Parts: sequence; C-alpha cells; structure tokens
Amino acid sequence: MLYRENGQFKTSYAADQQIFPIAQDRWAILAIVAFAFVGVPLLVDEYLFRAILIPFLILALAALGVNILVGFCGQITLGAGAFMAVGAYAAYNFHIRIEDLPLLMSLLLGGLTSAVVGIFFGIPSLRVRGLYLAVATLAAQFFTDWVFLRVPWFTDNAASGSVSVSNLRIMGWQIDTPVSKYLFCLAFLTIFALLAKNMTRCAIGRQWMAIRDMDVAAEVIGIRPLFAKLSAFAVSSFFVGTAGALWGFIHLASWEPAAFSVDRSFQLLFMVIIGGLGSIMGSFFGAAFIVILPIALNQFLPALGGLFGVSISTAGVSHAELITFGALIIFFLIKEPHGIARLWSTGKEKLRLWPFPH
Amino acid sequence: MGFFLETLIGGLMAGMLYSLVALGFVLIFKASGVFNFAQGAMVLFAALAMARFSAWIPEWLGIDSRFLANTVAFLVSAALMFVVAWLIERLVLRYLVNQEGATLLMATLGIAYVLEGVGTSIFGSDIYKIDVGMPKDPVMILEGTFEGGLLINKEDLVAALVAAILVGLLALFFQKTTTGRALRAVADDHQAAQSIGIPLNRIWVIVWCVAGVVALVAGVIWGSKLGVQFSLVTVALRGLPVVILGGLTSIPGAIIGGLIIGVGEKLSEVYLGPMIGGGIEIWFAYQLALLFLLFRPQGLFGEKIIDRV
Amino acid sequence: MKLHKLLLTALFGAVALSLPLTAPPALAQAKEQFFPVLVYRTGAYATNGSQWANGYVDYLKLVNAKGGINGVKISFEECETAYATDRGVECYERLKGKNGGGTVFQPLSTGITFALTEKAPVDKIPLITAGYGRSESQNGAIFTWNFPLLGTYWVGADVAIQHIAKKEGGVVKLKGKKIALVYHDSPYGKEPIPILQELGKTYGFDVQLLPVAHPGVEQKATWLQIRQQKPDYVLLWGWGVMNSTALREAQATGYPRDRMMGIWWAGAEPDVKDVAEGAKGYSALTLQHGAEPNSKVVKDVLELVYAKGQGTGPKDEVGQVLYMRGLLSAMLGVEGVRKAQERYGKGKVMTGEQVRWGLENLNLDQKTLDAMGFAGVMRPVQTSCLDHMGSSWVRVHTWNGSKWEFTSDWYQADEKVIRPIVMLASSKYADEKKIKARTPEECKK
Repeated sequence: MLYRENGQFKTSYAADQQIFPIAQDRWAILAIVAFAFVGVPLLVDEYLFRAILIPFLILALAALGVNILVGFCGQITLGAGAFMAVGAYAAYNFHIRIEDLPLLMSLLLGGLTSAVVGIFFGIPSLRVRGLYLAVATLAAQFFTDWVFLRVPWFTDNAASGSVSVSNLRIMGWQIDTPVSKYLFCLAFLTIFALLAKNMTRCAIGRQWMAIRDMDVAAEVIGIRPLFAKLSAFAVSSFFVGTAGALWGFIHLASWEPAAFSVDRSFQLLFMVIIGGLGSIMGSFFGAAFIVILPIALNQFLPALGGLFGVSISTAGVSHAELITFGALIIFFLIKEPHGIARLWSTGKEKLRLWPFPH
Repeated sequence: MGFFLETLIGGLMAGMLYSLVALGFVLIFKASGVFNFAQGAMVLFAALAMARFSAWIPEWLGIDSRFLANTVAFLVSAALMFVVAWLIERLVLRYLVNQEGATLLMATLGIAYVLEGVGTSIFGSDIYKIDVGMPKDPVMILEGTFEGGLLINKEDLVAALVAAILVGLLALFFQKTTTGRALRAVADDHQAAQSIGIPLNRIWVIVWCVAGVVALVAGVIWGSKLGVQFSLVTVALRGLPVVILGGLTSIPGAIIGGLIIGVGEKLSEVYLGPMIGGGIEIWFAYQLALLFLLFRPQGLFGEKIIDRV
Repeated sequence: MKLHKLLLTALFGAVALSLPLTAPPALAQAKEQFFPVLVYRTGAYATNGSQWANGYVDYLKLVNAKGGINGVKISFEECETAYATDRGVECYERLKGKNGGGTVFQPLSTGITFALTEKAPVDKIPLITAGYGRSESQNGAIFTWNFPLLGTYWVGADVAIQHIAKKEGGVVKLKGKKIALVYHDSPYGKEPIPILQELGKTYGFDVQLLPVAHPGVEQKATWLQIRQQKPDYVLLWGWGVMNSTALREAQATGYPRDRMMGIWWAGAEPDVKDVAEGAKGYSALTLQHGAEPNSKVVKDVLELVYAKGQGTGPKDEVGQVLYMRGLLSAMLGVEGVRKAQERYGKGKVMTGEQVRWGLENLNLDQKTLDAMGFAGVMRPVQTSCLDHMGSSWVRVHTWNGSKWEFTSDWYQADEKVIRPIVMLASSKYADEKKIKARTPEECKK
C-alpha cells in the first residue's frame, strides 16, 4: 500500500541503475536529507547536537569506511581506531605546519595520509586472512597509539602529548556553534555516503565483493587480489581517517591518542556488524545504535529505577548499562545476524504487500 | 650476560602466564570455532569470584585455615564458572551455530560486557586480594658466576610451574579420556562427530567449562600477582598475539607462542626500548606475531589452510 | 528512506524518553546551586575514582545538612565518564545546562580536562582541577576558566626533587645521581617531564624516562631496566592499578621501596593496601592532606551525613586519602560560590561567570579553614586573577605497612623554576589559540 511500485516502469538503463530505483525511496531520502539540513537545526537543542548528533555523524562516516573493508571486501579489521588516529594527527600537522592551508584541505590530506598508512598495514592481508588478519590489524592499532605518544614531532612537541585546534573556519565561515559543526559534518557525511554507494556499485566495488565471497575464485576470473585488497584498505582508511580528523577537530577540539584506542576499533566493528555487513544503510543504523544506546540507557535506567522506587547508584547504572548493552548486542546477533539493515529490507518487503499479504 | 639471562628468564616466566590466557582462546576456538574475546572477562570474573569467596567463606563458615578457605573458594568459583559456561552455551551459542566468524566474535564481545557488568556488580569494583601464599620476595642464584647474581622471582616460578602442570593435565585430558577424544573429534569435523553420536551441545558446554577453569587458574595467578581489579580484562589483549603466533588451533602452539612472545617483548623493551623511547612491548608483540604470520599464515602450529574453489 | 526515518524516530524516541526521565527530582528548583559531578565508578580506574567521588558528593551533602551556602541549597547529579574523554565530553554537555546551569566542573581526568579546556570558555563555566590537569593553566591571564588549585604536576615534580635533595643532604649532592621516572603513558604521566629535565640540567642529575602503557599491569620489563640501571630514586607517576603493580614489581625485583616516591595520585590506600607489608617505606607526595580520619570535617560528615544513612560510600573509607581529595575539591568549589555570593548577593544562585570571580578571589585563611573543620588538613589558599593555583603546599607521607604517616615538613614549589615554564607554555598556548592575555586592569572589573 505504502510502498506500491506498480506503474513505475524503467525505460532506460540509466533509470534501471539509479541508486534508488523506486520513486518512494527517492523522495523519502530527499525529504530526509532536506530535513537533516534544514529541519534539524531548527528543532534540536545544543545537547543533542554536541552529545549525540555530531558524534553520530562522524562515527557513521567511520563506520562507512570500516564497512567498505569488512563488509564489502571481507577483510576483518580491529585497527580502525588507528586509522582514525592517523587521520586526526596528520590533519593536525597539516593544519599547523602549512600556513593558510584551508581547513577542508587539512582534513582531506589527513584522510589521504591515513589511506597511505592503510595500504601499508593492508599488506599482511595478502598473506593472512580471517581472524588471523583481524588480530594482525591490532598491530597497527598499538603501533599508532605508541607513535603518537612517543614521537613529539607529531604533537608539535607538546609537553603533555595532547593537541588542540581552534578558530576553525572555512571560506570565512566560522565553525564554532553546534549548528555549524553539525552542518559541516553532515555535508561531509552526505558526500562521502554518496561516494561510497557509487563506489560499491561500480567495477571496483564488484571486485571487492568477489574477493570477499571467494578470493581464489575471484583470482581465477582475473581480479587481482593485490589491487582489490589494497584499494579496499586505502579507500576504507581514507574514510576512517577523514572521520578521525573530524572527530579530533570538530567534536573534541583537543585530543590525545586515548581518543582512538582499541575500544574505538571494537566500537566501529560493532557498528558495521550490528548495522549490517555490506550495506551502506547498515553503517548508519549501526552508528546510531551504538552511539545512542549507551547514552539512552544511562539516562533511562535511573528513571526506570525511580518508577519502582529504587534509586540506583551511578556505579549500578553503569554496570546495568554494560549488561544491557552486551545483552542487546547478543540479542540482535541472534535475532538477525545480518544486522539491522536486513531487518529493514525485510520490513520493506512486507510493506510492499501490506495490508494484503498473500 | 647476567642481566641478559635475567631478562630472558623474566620473559619466559611472563610467557608462561600469557600461555595460560592463550590456552583459553585455543580450547574454545578448537572445539567450537568461536574466537572468544570474552576470555579476558572470564579471567576477571573468575578472579573476582575467587577473591571475594576466599574472603567471605571464612566469615560464613568460620574456617580458620587459609588453605582450606582458598580450596573451598576455588571449588565454589569453579562451580560458578561451570554455571557461566552452561549459560553461555544455553543462551547464546546454541542460537549462533554456523554463523560467520565475525558475528561470533562480536557475540563474545557482548558476553564480555555482560560478564564484566555482572561480575563487578556482584563482587564490587574495588581492588581485591587473592592470597594463596605465593612467595613475593626475590631470590638470588649463581652469585658466584655473575656479578650481583641472577634474580629469580619465586612467584613467577610458581606461576610457571602451575601453568606447566595445567598444560600437562589438559594434554592428558585431551589424549586419554573419552570426553577428550570426543572434543578432538568435534574439533576435526563437527558433522562427522555428530553423525557418530557425539552430542555437540554437551561438548560445547564441556569445552567452555574447561576454558572457564583455565580462566580461573589464570585469574588466580594473575590476581595474586597484580591484585584483582578491572584491568585484568586487558590480559586478553596480551594473549592475542600469542594465539595467532602459535596457531589458533594448537595447544602446544599456545605454549611455545607464549614463550616466544614473552621473551621477545621483554628483550625488545629492555634492549630496544631505551633507544626509541620505551613502552614498545605491546606493539612489538603484535609485530613479532605478524612477522611470523607472513611466513606461516596459519601460525606456527596451526592447521594448514587449504583453499578449494 | 525508511532507514533515515527509523533512525530519526529512534533518535527522537530516545530523546523524548530521556527528557522527562532525566528531569531533576522534584526538589530541584531554580533556587538551588547545581553541581554537576563527573565521576568514574566503573572501568580500569574505578577503585580510585569511586573514593574521590564519594568524598565529593558527601561534602555537598554536608553543606546541605548545614543549611547550604548562605541558605542556598546544593543540588547535584553524577555522570559516569569511565575515565574516557568522549564520555566525559558527553557528560559535560548533558549536565552543563541542567537545573539552571552547572556551577563548576571537576572531571578528575587530565584527558577530559584538556577537552573541556576548549569548551569551558564558550559556556562560561569554570573548571577546577585540584592537583591535576594542565600545569600551565595556573596562568589565569590566559587560562581564564581553569583553576588547578592547590598544586599542579610541575609543583609535584619540583617538590619531589626538593625532598630527595633534602634526604641526600642538599642539592649539591644531587650531582651525578640517577632518577628514574616511571610514568603512566598519557598526558597525565608526561606532564612532569619538562620540569624534571630542567631541574636535571640545573643540578646535574640524570633523568631516566620509563613509560608504562595503559592500564599499567605489565611492568616487568620496566623494573628489569630499573634493576639494571640501578637509579638512586624512582619517581612513580601512576594512577589506579599501575601504582600497586609498580610496588609489587619493585618488591619482586628487590628495589628498595624507601627510594621510591609517588605523586599525590600514587599515594592513597588502594595503591598500597593489598601490597601491605611489601609497600612499607614507600612515600608519596600529598596535596596538603593525607588520610585524615580524625579531622573535624570528617567527624561532621560522619555525624551529619552517615549517621542519617545518607552516606555515599562505605563508612570505613571516609577520611582516606582520595576521599579527602574529593572532599577538598568539593569544598573549593563551594567556597568559590560563597565568595561569589559576597559580591553578587548572599543567598542567591550564582552563575558560572560569577563563580569564576569567586574562585579568582578565593581567600581561605587558617581561621576560616579551622572553622570549616579543615584544621590540620590544609593550609591557607589565596588566588588571584593571574594566579589560578593559589598556594602550593606539599607534604610527604610514608606507608608504614598499615597506614600513611606524615614524614616531612611542608614544602613549597620553587617559583623561580615553575614560573618561567608556566609563562612559556601558556604563551605558546595563547599564540596557538590567538588568545589575548588579560591585563591586571581587566582583572579589576
């Protein structure tokens, strides 16, 4: 009913191959993007921006990157936090060392540096696979943690090893209010999401998926694993690195390597697996789930306790939060191992027939 | 020379402790193909239980002897770990059969969160003591041969001994008992094992129980060394390079891998560290493991991966 | 598409759910001074964090029990940061605007302090970091909203060297000595390095740096190096489990504990209690106070808060070192409000900006302190617009196997050493941020 596609005929290849072949999808997504750009800044208060929306946007961008590597190319990584760190610190160095470099350039150069480092740490993937690779990527994680702590050059010789940026402006537009930060991140995310979607639909994306599904078979039909795997590492690290630069510059404004610790890597992997491997949408779902759930639980549980007349201590709340978070993750994995994205597409299938299923 | 030997010995001892953690990973991976990230949380949970029961039991039962109290506490904690193992199988793994490795890995991370939360809310998040009477002060040997003598840490020696005994027992268990054989059969081929009447679910419970006991032993040793507190979960991260170096499916691999990693990281930290700023041992262990992987992608003793299209 | 819709519904749903739920309890009205409390009671540093938090909250309760700040009651809300910077930032955002606005933030984490230093000036909320945080922020001309009251890490480093010099019999004896710094590999642990190196150059001793990775449970290699190099003293700059592990390893490698010296965050009961006898002789700096179970303020807390069953933590921990630190931190915040009320109206709720004025003009003399029950716990502290640290009194206490005992006189940091480095670091910060330093005239406003 809501989702009837009757009468939508494709008369050209272009129409058949567009990102959203169904008109409802197209309009809905446009409406939502428009709402995100116009409506949200009017409606939402500062706390939501700073504590939820901005982190969500940035982490969604990072999750997109991780999904390209894990979901589309099948290379499990536990080192995503490392590439965020590389992106953030590289962007920082470009920002302070090159006079008058536009902010946008610093951020993108940060992403590019991260891509180069990503290629380097992707080399083991040519030999090692699966869980062995996952653990091997931890090497990148701990190594970058150490480098940014130990080499003073990267942190501009700050005594404490913590760096900070301020007075961010882009073409005369000062990025300091929550709304401007939000819009800046949103613009990034929109463009990058489109980029990712298109990349996964074209030749290179197909190569990645072929490698993911069966690398030996892919090789037999003429796909070069070296190129496919390393390009996935590069693109993924570029996304993740840019996200890292945004995380440092826009969200935290002052950071230390601990902001990109191994926990961050786990968190990102969680996002893509809960959201849905190999799904652009899934990255958004996953990021929303992982960003919002702990905060919501943290605020919701004391109130729940209040309803029953129990006042829960802060420690109790955090423990309960941990337990609920873990349990929900297990629940989701059991109910839908393919992630929230799959739930959504099942829902869509149902909606096509609703209210008259077979 | 004396100092080099000391570092070497220190590395070997540390390596034995890593092996203990790595063993937990290997056992579970071998039998159920699950890469169990919750091993660290299990170590914490077991250690917390042990520490608290050994303090509570004398109060409840009025036992004076520390040995008796510790024994009872150990048994109670082991029983608790059995319950945990059973619950994990019953509530989680049963529903995730045949899922991809990454999904299972995430599920174990979920389990880790739950265990951490439950453990600290039942047993508290303070720092606790496990006192099993391990000697703390160092001894010097070979003082005639080297200047200043060789420092041997008795506590480490005991720990290494316990680890060695545990490995021996596990080897016996796997080689000689019917259950052990069943476990190995399941590890080789799930379906074939099932078809000759080995109950998969029960096997999984058993293997998680065994891993639970290994976690308990690791928890007792690490806990008595470091004090029982939340940071014990991070010992899992020290165990990871060991398992991939030794091979995910090999028990001897976990031991040898542990020793190599232990020695490698201590020597690197002591000799290489001062040159480049120190604090390198954690990533060095991973790089070392990675280096080995480039030559043997399945780890030193892992089963060879054969691709068929 | 539905995805976004779902997402936004989920988002708004979560918000809609949480908004009414997080509304303050019925008691909270605009007439109350709201103290946000950032704590960590879980995670790797929970043991140390909870004690501090208990002290902090108990003091706020005590003030309420005594009738509030000139009649203004205090409301407070805890938020768990787990010592993670991003969670700390979320907590800050959550609490800063609540109940009429947060009065003052005390994050108890150097990492979170760094992040909030960028945000506090925008939101006009002062940041008290008693005994931690950015050392250069004592320069109030540039760090307008930071208050590292009572002491910074640079003070700690300087006093530690003074104490060692005294033990050796004068600074001349330091020449040729080797001093190792075993530190938590984070901004916190790295703070003292510049001062130590500076002093090392001046007095001719060698500084050896030994970083320990978070959380600090693996220190075997570090202590092997110490055994090899045989430094004359070891300074311990750790937090949480790193401290007790260091002491255990020192015992295991036979390094004499009486040659080890900790910063004030490495000198509390959780650090030593389960090492017990093994830590005997280990000393640590104190941020004025040690364990003060017999002080009047602790008796007040026990009588007015715990006796009524309102205590936050276990009763037997009241008066321990970190508990006292939390208590003192809360007291400094409350006194800032009290001072602000003197100027902006007694019995009124103060805004962040007004509290900042209060903190800048804090003047707690011994009489006031005695009256509040802090006799013997701390010494007078007086701040100014340019000096946000106040005083820097430090004592040393030593673990005797079962409790901490004071073993030294009062020290004060050497201004001649600290001041130039503070000025240098803060003006570098000002350059980076394009901040114009406040002049003494501006301060008078």
